[in-house]
Formats: sequence, structure tokens, C-alpha cells
Amino acid sequence: MSVFAFYLFAICALAGGLFTVISRQPVHSVLWLILAFISSAGLFVLLGAEFVAMLLVIVYVGAVAVLFLFVVMMLDVDFAALKAEMAKYLPLALLVGLIILMQFVVAYGAWEANGAAETLRAAPTPSDITNTEAIASLLYDKYFLLFQLAGLILLVAMIGAIVLTLRHRQDIKRQNVLAQLYRDPAKAMELRDVKPGQGL
Amino acid sequence: MIQADLTVILPEIVLALFALLALVAAVYTGKDKLGPTLVWVTAALMLLLGLWIGTAPAGTQEAFGGMFINDGFARFAKVVILLSAALVLVMSQEYMSRRGILRFEYPVLVALGVVGMLVMVSAGDLMTLYMGLELQSLALYVVAALRRDSVKSTEAGLKYFVLGALSSGLLLYGASLVYGYAGTTLFSGIIQTAQHGEVSIGLLFGLVFLISGLAFKVSAVPFHMWTPDVYEGSPTPVTVFFATAPKMAAMGMLARLLFDAFGNAIPDWSQVIAVLSLLSMFVGSVAAIGQRDIKRLMAYSSITHMGFALMGLASGTVFGVQSMLIYMAIYVTMNIGTFAFILMMEKDGKPVTDINALNMYSKREPGKALAMLVLMFSMAGVPPMLGFFGKFYVLRAAYEGGLAWLAIAGVVASVIAAFYYLRIVYFMYFGKDGEELDTHRSPVLWLLLTASAVVMVAGIVNMFGVDGAAAAAAATLLN
Repeated sequence: MSVFAFYLFAICALAGGLFTVISRQPVHSVLWLILAFISSAGLFVLLGAEFVAMLLVIVYVGAVAVLFLFVVMMLDVDFAALKAEMAKYLPLALLVGLIILMQFVVAYGAWEANGAAETLRAAPTPSDITNTEAIASLLYDKYFLLFQLAGLILLVAMIGAIVLTLRHRQDIKRQNVLAQLYRDPAKAMELRDVKPGQGL
Repeated sequence: MIQADLTVILPEIVLALFALLALVAAVYTGKDKLGPTLVWVTAALMLLLGLWIGTAPAGTQEAFGGMFINDGFARFAKVVILLSAALVLVMSQEYMSRRGILRFEYPVLVALGVVGMLVMVSAGDLMTLYMGLELQSLALYVVAALRRDSVKSTEAGLKYFVLGALSSGLLLYGASLVYGYAGTTLFSGIIQTAQHGEVSIGLLFGLVFLISGLAFKVSAVPFHMWTPDVYEGSPTPVTVFFATAPKMAAMGMLARLLFDAFGNAIPDWSQVIAVLSLLSMFVGSVAAIGQRDIKRLMAYSSITHMGFALMGLASGTVFGVQSMLIYMAIYVTMNIGTFAFILMMEKDGKPVTDINALNMYSKREPGKALAMLVLMFSMAGVPPMLGFFGKFYVLRAAYEGGLAWLAIAGVVASVIAAFYYLRIVYFMYFGKDGEELDTHRSPVLWLLLTASAVVMVAGIVNMFGVDGAAAAAAATLLN
């Protein structure tokens, strides 16, 4: 049963990835991408990592993919033209890619991990706690420093985005709630008796 | 356990908390009006932290299971980083206020970037190294584009960002290969796996990618392409920042990675570093000859200097690391003085960067011209100045480390580089009479220029303990 489930999810993930790349419609690409994400989440469940699977569904499908969908629909990007542009470089890119691949084959042909590597390996999941707990103890305890640094990095990214894009324009009218609340009808309004045939 | 760990990273915590508080305080009160005050307060705090770390008792402390190492080497690098960053902030305040680009985020970003640098030089793990590096780089990308209405400044920021992201990719790829081979990202674990004789091809692959990623950060040739454009496009005070603290941080990080993680494979990486050093020295000195823009010229000059500092590393000895540290300390001091001069180059209140504008400068401002002369001689490595001793140390380290050919190449390159430093002196003393620059008096810049020049001369007699500290620092790294 689990073998059947594995092949099902694996084939769906591969197909999703493939169609993401070759679809002509960008919206279709995003939908195929969602299929790939969900299939990968299924694979994670099979591995016994339910928490990561849930994260994948919630974060990637729920937030990232939907954001992509919005961007694709809102922005008027001519993907066909972009692809035509890419096609110009395709032969050279393929050639370079092939050469690099061959170099890697040569390099990895002689690959061997160090004998001591297995004992040094950082985080085997302990069997007596759930994997959510295991992730938490890594993230908030062992890698506490890295976690906090990641927070600082995100803060810098946010400050940067604001510094570089926020503009306070002087030439537009803004609502000032306090001024509106303190307005006095006696001063704001004036009643005049306008005679027929005459202006003010 | 956590309390002991936090004590070790206390200086970093203090600086990070200060940055957060300053950000919140400025947002809710005066915003950009608080800019100048924040710059001075941040500089004062960095100065204090520098003194604190500098006077901390010797000894090595490890935190978070070896991911963060606070030893003599880290403390030396941290003092240089903190002091230079403080001086850069002090230099930038007046210049940026006058041009209306001093936003309150600037000191906050610089402080957070410095936190990243402090983490970089203390990193004992590939992940800590990467986190520190990204924190620093991200802050630098933003400050490069700080003058967002200028095309050149935004181009500088964007270029730096794209190339920086690429180099981070290389670095991460290398790190993943090393992890795949060694099974750990801790430096202390990696060095154990590389202990027995022949180094495996996987580890070498990873090492080369790691070095490529880091070479980008120290702008060593052939990863230097971004340097002149970014130096030219950024606001000048930001350029000073690029030329000083991050260079020291990246150099310190590279040294720790090479010695702490790959200390058993010295011949393997020594040749790579030697080639980087050779190329940097020659490309930096030859390409600078055609430059008329003093900021671009300083960019090529910094590439040359990085070549020399790498030469110390390439020797792979304790003395090599010591010479690298001394070289970097001298380099940072010289650069602060020189850029203080460049910040004063103005015409009708507008910054001038063409070196032809310096014609006959000595007639109008003999004092400043003399200080600049001392700094240029020191940059070129003319014997009586301190810059000569910096070069002398690294050349000796290379020679003693069996890299005599590299030492000879270094001498040749420094002769070529002397040409463009001396050309500036020539313009100042013997040039044709041309348009006059403003005689503008900024006490802070004037003081820094003079102090830097005085150090270059007085350092011959006594290096104020920098050489001893560097020796002690290098010794702690290689144990």
C-alpha cells in the first residue's frame, strides 16, 4: 500500500514539476505547481514527517502559490515574449549546462563521504519524541543563535524595503482625524442670506 | 547552559538590542530629525564595545556547542571592525546631513551590519558563517542604494545585490558539498574528517566553492568586477564603510574557515589563495592607472591591498596570519584618513571626484596636502611610512612560507601601484593651476585625516601594541 502511495505521489510530483515548466499559460503553471507541492507533502507524510508536510501545504500552497497566482493575474507580463527571449540563449545555455553536468559526473564518480561522517551527522531524529518536538528542540534550543540571526536578517530586509521605497508625498491631502473631531460647527459654517439676482 | 552561551555573545546582543531600540524610538518620535543624534550615539556605543572587547581577558570561549567562538583572533578583528565602523559613522554625519540623505535608518542599518560582521569573525560553523555574512551583506546592499534618487546609487545597490546573491549561492553550494562529505557543519568536526592524509575530492570541491564565495566578499580578482562600480555609485561615506569594516570581517572569516576547518589541508588551499593574491595585486595596480575618478581609483587600490593581505594567508603559517592582521589594521587606518580627505573634496558644495581637481592643492592647503602625501606614500609602501611595514610583513611571511615567487611578484606589483598614488601627490604639488576646490573646514574630517597621517609616521617607532596583539591573535587561531 505504501509503495503504491509512494509511486502515486512521486509520479504526480514529477508531472506537476514538468507541466509547471512547459505550460503555455502562466496560471496553469501555478496550478501545476500546487499539485507538485501537495504531492511532495504526501511524500513527507510517507516518510513520517507530518509536521513538514503540513508546513508545505500551509505555507507553500496556502501562501506562496496563492501569492504567485495573484501576481500572475495582476501583472500584465508577456510570458511568450520572455520565452522567445530565452530561446535565443538556449543552445549556448544547453551546451554550458551539459559541460558542467559532465564535470560533475567526473567529480562525483570519485565521491566518497568520510568514514567518520556517519557518527558526526548532526541531527538524527530521536525515536521517542514526535518530529514536531524534534524540530522545535533543534530550532529553538540547539540552533537558537541561528534562529535569532535569521530574525535580524528579515528585519534588515524589511527596513531595507521601507528605506528604498517609502515616499512621503507632500502634495497630497491626508485625512487628519483629530482636526476633524475638533472642528466647531459654529466656525466651520456660515449662513448668509443671498438675495435673488445677486451673487456673494 | 543558555546563560553561559548568552554571556559569550553579550557584545553582539547589546549592539543588536540597541539597533532595535533606536529603530523603534526614531520611528515613534522625530524620524529623520533624530538622524544625526543617532549616528553619534551609535558611534559612541561601538567605540565603547570596541574598548570592552579589547580589554576583555584573554582566553577562548565557545558558545552554542562550538558554533560561536570568541577567541583572541575574533577579538582583534572585532576591535578593528567596531572602531572603524564608529569612525565611518562620525565621518558621514556632516556630509550626509548637508545633502539630506541622512535618514535615521542609516545608523540602524550600519549597526545591524556590524552585528553581522561580529558574528562572521566568530563563526565556528558553516551555518553561523552564512548567517553573519547575509546579515552584513543585506545591510550593505541597502546602504549602497541609500541615495535612491540617484541612478548611480541605485545601480550600485542593485549590482551589488545581484552579484552578492550569486556569490552566496556559490558559497552555499560549497557548504553543502562540505557537509555531504564531512557529515557536520562545525569547523571542529570538518577538521577531524580531513585529518588522514589525502583530502577527498568532495571536500576539495566544497572548499573551492567556499573560497570563491568568500573571495567575492573581499573583492579578490577574478571576483572583483562589482567593486569599482559599487564604490563609485554609493554615497562617499558608504564607500568608506565598504572599504574598511566589511573587508576586515571577510578576511577574518576567511582566515578562520581556512585554518579552523581546513587546517589539515594547507597545501590544497594555499595555492588557490596564492593565485587569488597574485591576480588581485596585478589587476588592481594595472587597472587603476587609467582611472581619473578617485573613488574608482580607491576601489582598485583596495583590490590591490586585498591581494597583499591574501598573500599573508597563503603562506599558511602563524606569522602569515599575524602579518595579515597587521596589514588589515594598517589598511583600515590609511583608508579612513584618505577618505576623510576625499570627503573634503568639494566645489561649490558639490562633491568632486576627479583627481585633476587636485592641481596645486598644496599651495592653498599645505597642511592637508602634506597629510595626504604621507597617506599616499604609505599606501604605496614607500619605506619610512607604516604602509611599508605592512607590506614588509606579508612579503616576509610569503617568503618564509615557501612562496618566494609570490613575494617577488608582490614587490613588482607594489612598484606598479606606486605610480598612481604618486600621481596624486604630483598633481597636488606640481600640477598645473586649475580650478580651485572649496576650502571647507570640517573639524572632524580634518582631525581624522591628520590623526591617520600621524599614525602612519608615528607607527614606525611604536605600533601601539597592534603587532603584539596580532601575534597573540594569530597564535590563538592556529591551536
